[in-house]
Amino acid sequence: MTQRQVYLDNNATTPLHPEVQKALIDALPLFGNPSSMHGYGREARSKTEEAREKIAAFIGALPEEIIFTGSGSEANNTVLSITGCPATECSCDRGQRTHIVTTTIEHPCVLETSGCLSGRGTPVTYIPVDQYGIVDMDALRASITDHTGVVSVMMANNEIGTIQNIKELAKFAHEKGAWFHTDAVQAVGKVPINVRDLDVDFLTLSAHKIYGPKGIGALYVKRGVPFCPLIRGGHQERGRRAGTENTLGVIGLGKAVEMRSLEMAEESLRFHAMKEALRKGIEDLIPDVRFNGHPDQSLASTLNVSFAGAEGESILLYLDLEGIAVSTGSACASGSLDPSHVLLATGVPVEQAHGSIRISMGRENTMTDVDYLLDKLPGIIARIRDMSTVYRRK
Amino acid sequence: MSAHQSWAYTEQVKDHFVNPRNVLREENYEEDGKGLVGNIQCGDEMLVLIKVDRNTDTITDCKWRTYGCASAIASTSAMSEIVIGMPLDEAFKVGPKQITAALGQLPNNKIHCSVLGDKALRAAINDYYERNGRHDKVVREQARVVCTCMNVTDLEIEEAVLEGARTFLELQEQTKMSTVCGKCRDEAETLLKVYMQKHFG
Repeated sequence: MTQRQVYLDNNATTPLHPEVQKALIDALPLFGNPSSMHGYGREARSKTEEAREKIAAFIGALPEEIIFTGSGSEANNTVLSITGCPATECSCDRGQRTHIVTTTIEHPCVLETSGCLSGRGTPVTYIPVDQYGIVDMDALRASITDHTGVVSVMMANNEIGTIQNIKELAKFAHEKGAWFHTDAVQAVGKVPINVRDLDVDFLTLSAHKIYGPKGIGALYVKRGVPFCPLIRGGHQERGRRAGTENTLGVIGLGKAVEMRSLEMAEESLRFHAMKEALRKGIEDLIPDVRFNGHPDQSLASTLNVSFAGAEGESILLYLDLEGIAVSTGSACASGSLDPSHVLLATGVPVEQAHGSIRISMGRENTMTDVDYLLDKLPGIIARIRDMSTVYRRK
Repeated sequence: MSAHQSWAYTEQVKDHFVNPRNVLREENYEEDGKGLVGNIQCGDEMLVLIKVDRNTDTITDCKWRTYGCASAIASTSAMSEIVIGMPLDEAFKVGPKQITAALGQLPNNKIHCSVLGDKALRAAINDYYERNGRHDKVVREQARVVCTCMNVTDLEIEEAVLEGARTFLELQEQTKMSTVCGKCRDEAETLLKVYMQKHFG
């Protein structure tokens, strides 16, 4: 009998939606360069523009406000690099406005880019979060000055799922004339988003988190906001991102977004019920657990939990042996010596951070998967604690 | 899904991880020597208990508990198998090289997980000698300062090698040694070779 396989690591990446897979297969023969004027090029162009329109409509933007990138990380790098640029007398020169305001729980692609810019003289302020991962609104508001170029805050956190009040934060940035960017890679396609309503200047999204292909992301840039490309040397994307378009990726992203608009509302109710069942099941079956992230203001598909006396990589690998895939905030799994910066920023004690796992559900998961996990997890935790130096059976 | 043909680590690591040997389960185990090293803040902690035949100074039993990742669990388990039946003098010299060999290798960034097992064992052996008043047999790891500017010792250099430093630059990055006057560079390069040979052959 083949072993049951349960994929619960959808915040890392997602399987292709069958409709996306179909669209990709259909599009495989499409090799024309969208920049070419002949028929081959025109066909490729029309397909990529069709996808652009779908994506724009999905987040309430105009098609020309969407720039395709190679990843969400590239989109985030692009936004920060504009602000940190010391050049003057070019289209996006904003005088002395180079200060970056961001938070302590951003994705490494934001933190490391900010860190690199900081090393080159760009002032950066990192705003702390509370025990649930909610950004300190007062501290953020107070940190924005006349020199602040951009405020960058992720909409939904990849590790704990906590969702920020982006609309309010964007208001703070605009009060002082700064731009507002949100990394919405984990939020797009899971919660309703309208860029006009949120009033953000930049928004990052990625295809492979929403059942699309890898290697394709998009950056929303509000019309009228000055922009400078990170990848130069071509007129593609209206001169804002050089490089021949990843037509296949773009088509896949377009289809993925189309399927999200059809499925996400129904799914959200299902995830709420599954997350509640998981939380309750874990609490009832396993002693000494701690749930991380905000209890309500968070993604319905993400549950982060710590087990006292059990190390995360061990939990992950024992679950893997049962065919269950999750991720962990433990240092051991990442090859570094420090556990998750997100958990530490929310005040989770170091040993609890080492003992955390993230369960992230996707469209293919059912209550049967929840039951299977709840069937296996208590035994695994008991087994690890049984050989642990820091946890004795009571 | 066909993705599970191979595992994250070797089959030997998997075997020890799934069927750990000699785990301490008794609540009233009467050990002759006890060693506890590491700490959970850093993500791993190991407890090693040994029973010793006093006539022959040979380890007759070795039990352990480990808080840590799969490599840490497998390393302690493999170490316990290696040292049971071994004279103390020989067991004292067991190091990461033998343990990782028994596990069919560990990735470089996991070598440090195997270090704690034998460290805990040495602590247990020292404890046994101390309990029996044989203080002359106790071997303490004595640190010697190599880099006087940054106060970095030979033990810290060894630790850095076990943590993955393979070049002088990596050693510098990890320990901050030789970043001021630079006089210790030659000695650092020599020690780097010595410890790489000692632990990785």
